[in-house]
Order: sequence, then C-alpha cells, then structure tokens
Amino acid sequence: MSLAVLQRAKELLGDTIKSTHSYRGDDTLVVDAAAIVEVMRLLKDEVGMDFLVDLTCVDYLGREPRFEVVYHLRSMKTGERLRVKAPLDEPEDGSNPALDSVVPLWAGANWFEREVWDLYGIRFHNHPDLRRILMYEEFVGHPLRKDYPKERRQPLVRRDPNE
Amino acid sequence: MGLEFYTSKLADAVNWARKYSLFQYPFVTACCGMEFMALWGPKYDVARFGAEFPRFSPRQADLLIIVGTITERQGPILRRIYEQMCEPKWTIAFGVCASTGGFYQNYSTMPGADQCIPIDVYIPGCPPRPEQVLDGLIMLQDKIQNGQGFVQRREKREHDAGKNKLKVLP
Ligand code: SF4
Repeated sequence: MSLAVLQRAKELLGDTIKSTHSYRGDDTLVVDAAAIVEVMRLLKDEVGMDFLVDLTCVDYLGREPRFEVVYHLRSMKTGERLRVKAPLDEPEDGSNPALDSVVPLWAGANWFEREVWDLYGIRFHNHPDLRRILMYEEFVGHPLRKDYPKERRQPLVRRDPNE
Repeated sequence: MGLEFYTSKLADAVNWARKYSLFQYPFVTACCGMEFMALWGPKYDVARFGAEFPRFSPRQADLLIIVGTITERQGPILRRIYEQMCEPKWTIAFGVCASTGGFYQNYSTMPGADQCIPIDVYIPGCPPRPEQVLDGLIMLQDKIQNGQGFVQRREKREHDAGKNKLKVLP
C-alpha cells in the first residue's frame, strides 16, 4: 500500500537513506543518524507522515553499529505507516551516543526521548529537559542496555535488620 | 496471683478488641487490586471479620495491606506510610509480588515488601483467591490475639528490658 511513500521518500532524501526494505506493508527506511531532524522534517512536511506514533531504541550488543533509534510514523490523512531507523554507534571515548532531538517537530517526542535516555543512555541534542523519566535520579547506568546485569538492583531504602 | 493475673487478662481483652476492629489502609499498586475489590464486595465480605473499614489516611489505620508489585522507586513512599501509622500496627503482603517480588526478577522491582518494612502475614498467589486472603486475615487475628505481631513482640521485648514500664502489655 505505502510503497508510494517509500518511493517519494527515496526521491526526496537521496543520499541520507542507507537502505530500505518493505515486507507485507511494513516499510522501513534506514537513515543517517546525523541527518535525522532534516529527514523527519521532510517526511512530515513533504510526504505527509504527520504523526509520530512511537520512538524507541534497540540495543544490538556485539554488532556494529550497536544501537538503533526507531521512529514509527503515520499519516493521519491516508493511514500509511512508515518506520525510520537511525543506527548509532558508541563513541570511541566511551561517552554516550547522541543524535538530534525531534521535539521541535513533535512536542510528543519529549517523553519518548527521555525514556530512551533513561533506559538506553542515548543523548538527544536540543532536548528541552533531558532527565530520567522512569528510574530515579540516584540510579546509575541504563537498565535496558544488554550489558546491564539482570540481577543488579540499586535500592533506595532497605530496612534495618535489627528493627 | 497478683497484678500479673489482671494485666494479662486485660491484655487478652484488649487484643480481642483489636483483632475484630482492624482499620486497614490498602496500599494498592498493581493487578492484585482487582482481587482486593472482590474481597471487599458483598460476596466474600471481609466485614464479617471486623476489617471492612478502609481508611485513606495511614494515620488512622492499624493494618497496612500491600497489594501489588513494589518497585524500588516506591520503597521510600511505602516506608514513610508505614512510619506514619500509629502503633500497634500490622502488615499483610497480598500476592507474590508483595511477598517476594514474584516473577519480576529485574532492576526495578523490590524483591518483597519485607525488604523495607516488617511483614506479619504473607499471602501467596498471583493474585490470591479471596478465600486465601480471608485465611490470611484469620491467621493475622490469631497472631494479634497471641501477641505475636511484629510490633507487639517488639513492645514486649522493650517492656522486658525495662522500658515502657507504665504500658499494659500482653
Ligand atoms: S501477584 Fe500477580 S496479580 Fe498480584 S500484583 Fe503481582 S503480578 Fe499482579
């Protein structure tokens, strides 16, 4: 159905698209993470994918590039759907991977991006308020990364055993 | 037979009154709440055991029922609510999540509410059937009558150690 969307996106975006695939109506664009805001702006304004359904992240530990930030878009007019993936590697110096925030395009991305920062440790430039959203401030690390030990707990209170 | 006879009889009477007038504070965080509602409805009718009256302030309650999963982030809140309750007080862990963390073996879930507050009765089940909860409540009543509640035992210890001489104790 929305092969047309894929086609239009390819024409508009050209080189920023790294690859595409389409399977049973599931259309995916893999794009350059550095150009994500420009890509999203074109998809929103020119292709008509005007609704950001979801923004999440996947950690493929052991693969290069390690992370993939995933955006799901939908056109409210035609009902077409499109998935955009931005692969992202960990910087050499051990800092957090980062890309630009899409909050200027969709205000609703605010909490999604905070969640991705909280659970995967990916920074978003130009985000208005990048704090943890689910875990507490005292929490160290990013629990949905595949190298976070499953059993490690970081308690806030424990009772006095001699109580 | 001296003063002990009268005080221990008085304690029995006080504990008898306590066990049939439990004012509970439900700390409901997750899906077990559904079963909890069934328990409070006319079919299972917990009012028969004198525990029908939920108080929505911990300061007026003497039974804390922890219904559902406790996350690490919620720990300090639960602890504060427990500390706000007046003594003597009792606690029930309702469901496996509140008892042990259940199947949530992960970074965010506290492995049992007893990691941060003392628990008197654990009720297993995911969620427990209302009959199980009534059974647990009767167990708690027995504990109260025998002075085996956590706070009651601590008061007894303190009394034996020479503190709180003026209090009449089980
Ligand atoms: S014990 Fe089961 S029903 Fe109860 S809170 Fe946990 S998961 Fe939900």
